[in-house]
Amino acid sequence: MVLAGVSVLVFSLIHLVRGDPIRLALGTRYSQETYDALRERSGLDLPLVEQYLTWAGRAVTGDLGVSFRSGETVTALIAERLPATLTLAVAALLVALVIALPLGLLSALHPRSFVDRLATVVSQFGISVPDFWLSIMLILVFAGTLGWLPSGGYVSLTEDPLGWLQRLVLPAIATGVVSGSVITRFVRSSTLEALGADHVRTAQAKGVPTRQVLTWHVLRNALLPLVTVTGVQLAYLLSGVVVVEIVFSWPGLGQLAYQAVRDRDFPVLQGAVLLFALVFLVINLLVDLLYSRIDPRISRS
Amino acid sequence: MTSLSKAPQPAAGPVLEVEDLRVRLRTPRGTAHVVNGLGYSVGPGETVAVVGESGSGKSVSVLALLGLLPPRTATVSGRALLHGEDLLTMSPERLRQVRGPGVGMVFQDPMTSLNPVLSVGRQLTEGLRAHGHVSKAAARARAVELLGEVGLPDPGRAVDRFPHELSGGMRQRVVIAIALANSPSLLIADEATTALDVTVQAQILDLVERLQTEHGTGVVWITHDLGVVAGIADRVLVMYGGRCVEDGTVDDVLERPAHPYTRGLLGALPDLAADDGGDLATIAGTPPPPTDLPAGCVFWPRCPVRGDARCETEQPPLAPVKGSHYRDKGTSGVPGEGQYRDEGTSGVPHRAATWCAEGSGS
Amino acid sequence: MTQLPTPGATPAQPPPSEPIPAAAPPRPRWRETLGLLARNPTAAVSAVVLVLIVLVAVFDETLAPDGPNDQDPGRQLQPPSWAHPFGTDEFGRDVFSRVVLGAATSLRVGFLSVAFALVVGTLIGLLAGFYGRWVDDTLMRLMDVLFAFPAVLLAIAIVAIRGAGPANAILAIGIVYVPIFARVTRASVLGVREEVYVRASRSVGASDWRLITRHVLPNAAPPIIVQTSISLAFAVLAEAALSFLGLGPRRPNPSWGLMLADGRGFIEQAWWYTVFPGLAIVVTVLCFNLLGDGLRDVLDPRQRTLMAGGGR
Repeated sequence: MVLAGVSVLVFSLIHLVRGDPIRLALGTRYSQETYDALRERSGLDLPLVEQYLTWAGRAVTGDLGVSFRSGETVTALIAERLPATLTLAVAALLVALVIALPLGLLSALHPRSFVDRLATVVSQFGISVPDFWLSIMLILVFAGTLGWLPSGGYVSLTEDPLGWLQRLVLPAIATGVVSGSVITRFVRSSTLEALGADHVRTAQAKGVPTRQVLTWHVLRNALLPLVTVTGVQLAYLLSGVVVVEIVFSWPGLGQLAYQAVRDRDFPVLQGAVLLFALVFLVINLLVDLLYSRIDPRISRS
Repeated sequence: MTSLSKAPQPAAGPVLEVEDLRVRLRTPRGTAHVVNGLGYSVGPGETVAVVGESGSGKSVSVLALLGLLPPRTATVSGRALLHGEDLLTMSPERLRQVRGPGVGMVFQDPMTSLNPVLSVGRQLTEGLRAHGHVSKAAARARAVELLGEVGLPDPGRAVDRFPHELSGGMRQRVVIAIALANSPSLLIADEATTALDVTVQAQILDLVERLQTEHGTGVVWITHDLGVVAGIADRVLVMYGGRCVEDGTVDDVLERPAHPYTRGLLGALPDLAADDGGDLATIAGTPPPPTDLPAGCVFWPRCPVRGDARCETEQPPLAPVKGSHYRDKGTSGVPGEGQYRDEGTSGVPHRAATWCAEGSGS
Repeated sequence: MTQLPTPGATPAQPPPSEPIPAAAPPRPRWRETLGLLARNPTAAVSAVVLVLIVLVAVFDETLAPDGPNDQDPGRQLQPPSWAHPFGTDEFGRDVFSRVVLGAATSLRVGFLSVAFALVVGTLIGLLAGFYGRWVDDTLMRLMDVLFAFPAVLLAIAIVAIRGAGPANAILAIGIVYVPIFARVTRASVLGVREEVYVRASRSVGASDWRLITRHVLPNAAPPIIVQTSISLAFAVLAEAALSFLGLGPRRPNPSWGLMLADGRGFIEQAWWYTVFPGLAIVVTVLCFNLLGDGLRDVLDPRQRTLMAGGGR
């Protein structure tokens, strides 16, 4: 249902363009044959409903049309860029969790302590800083002043594993900090909530050792909903790295989408937007499934 | 492990002796004096019922015994000796050992007292295995047995269930089973059977009674239910404003209440009950907020009697009630005078914190 | 069974861990809210800083020592000094003046886009929550669809289609946040719709409009207010991102995002060119976030965890 709506909306993107999208894309110098070929290939000469059905029908089979610019299929373009974006998103999520879990837990277990105040400041800063500015600052410090890491670019893992890692670190941190801050706040609040739960007192009254109370009665309960938040953050990271990818010249989907915007290459933009929405829906579905497996309250009822 | 983990206890001396227990809580509205100098003792096999309105400090006073109040906001002072050992100054590890085999606690709200994401069996065996080397299989077998004892149908299957799959009454029985798991020498029950129907309640009360005779378990029973008080309690302690305003044997307190508050609770005071035909007793007003206790008697603002001018400025001490002679004894409040002379038949003094003489119904 | 009569007027038993019920009236009045906010130092400071930023944006031309495009030839890319506290850019323009002048652009886009999202989203949420049934289904499905798109990308796509420029940036950011306001509003409307007083008003024949304006909206307001503050933070961020990508205001208009994009090329020689506009964004966004948190503590204490991960 939502998917159908998403597809309609993505489809209509091209029709909301002021003027003739193909003319806009091709610029001023093109031959009539190129124009006609593109027009026919994109199905823009058909009536609207028929256009949508053709487009949707093709999209289901993985055919998202061809780029107005290069003439390559959109699917191929996306497939080429997807691994880089996936790598970056997963690396950023790792960074986020490495920051968020210890910081969130420590600050919940020691409220008002130094760690707690530090975590609050860091996470507030983290959600308020534009990721692209953070990227520039990281480049300034680590690539410029210190000269430890390259300022951008991409090499494949198989070619140069060290270079791959070196180029991954800064963009992963730049994107991971934002998610990390959101997750830190979440971990802190849900742990605090779990700590105050009545059943924790029951466990204490049984004489169960503190460590065991913390792992089984506080953390387990506090971290269950983390699955949902992590899923949402992964979805955000996959799509939210657009600007960071551009700053670090990371050849991912974000950069592809941005180039498509610059070039007015609407089929590519459509494809990218559709894919991101799809990813969002799929991740949400997976999170729901996973959650129902690990939370007895849902799986048994 | 120490002697505490091994029940039964020899019947020497009281199980629990609480002296001058005081609890203050830091709240956004200032310091709350929730418990103010509470003292009582529980002998082996004895049941003390604690009654009083919501907010009288009953629950907090027992949570304080086990160190279950938030340490950041709560200040506890006084003494609470469990077999002569002070619970309030115990090392955390020793306190952990005592929780369970020393003191078992049943909590008020069955809906929130169990961990929703762990199975019932897991929550039971956890307590068993925290106090001695018990194999998983043995702990599980004991868990099934315990669930059977508290009257849970089909305990073999119930052990693998999760709390949300059980009804409120069944959950309450699980909470009780958890408290009884290590055969504690003291059982504290906070509104333990309020959620249960009469048959199950009777079953639980029988179980507790058996524990008392077999292990000499002392019981502190916090309740609103006078039926339970009359049925199981040996002694009654009436709390108001964080103090004990009256205590004594069940017969003394229920039959011959001396404090106006107790009489109000029991609906025995004609002034209070008259309008409702002696049926439903309500005392006008609400308990004083613990952040702002009155200077004199805690009950003064609501007291329908106000028989003595001192009540407004001084807190009457807890002193023996002298039956029908009480009216004539102007000196009964003086400390040291005849504290234990007028003891009831059970050897337990009947005491009340009041100076008023009017309306003693006996 | 003999129940002990419960004397007095305390029907519910408060949990023992919380002997004093927390002071959280469902609808604190404005004065009270301000008083509580003032006692939260972080939120109070944020509010003051925000007022200052708004004042700077309003009186930018008076405050900025130089005009936006006054060039100081021969003094290109100068480090911070008394004459140019934030240094100069590659044309010798005063970075401080441009940061001051850029505030207006950022805040205008931020406020207008959130205003758009607030009005449209709240209206949709009200209709969906109040009328229920097919109205609810249709509108909320629509919101789900919109919500499925990643925020930044959707904004970029909208600007790409409508063309770059501040007006389209406002529209794009506004549309992105409509579903959030719709959801928040709908949830609170559902919460109050069945309350006794609303039913009572309905039974005496009050009109829908009257019900909505007199009863439903005031009660749904706290979370909407909190959401507004937090959305402003994200809107300023999104505006900066769009400008950074060249999809917002055009050069040579002063804009924080554009300055970052331009300064990036000179990062090795002139750190001040990117650091100060970036800090301006961070401070503004931080204050909106902190104010939002403070407002949430005061107005809406129960929803604290619900919105921790939202919005971004």
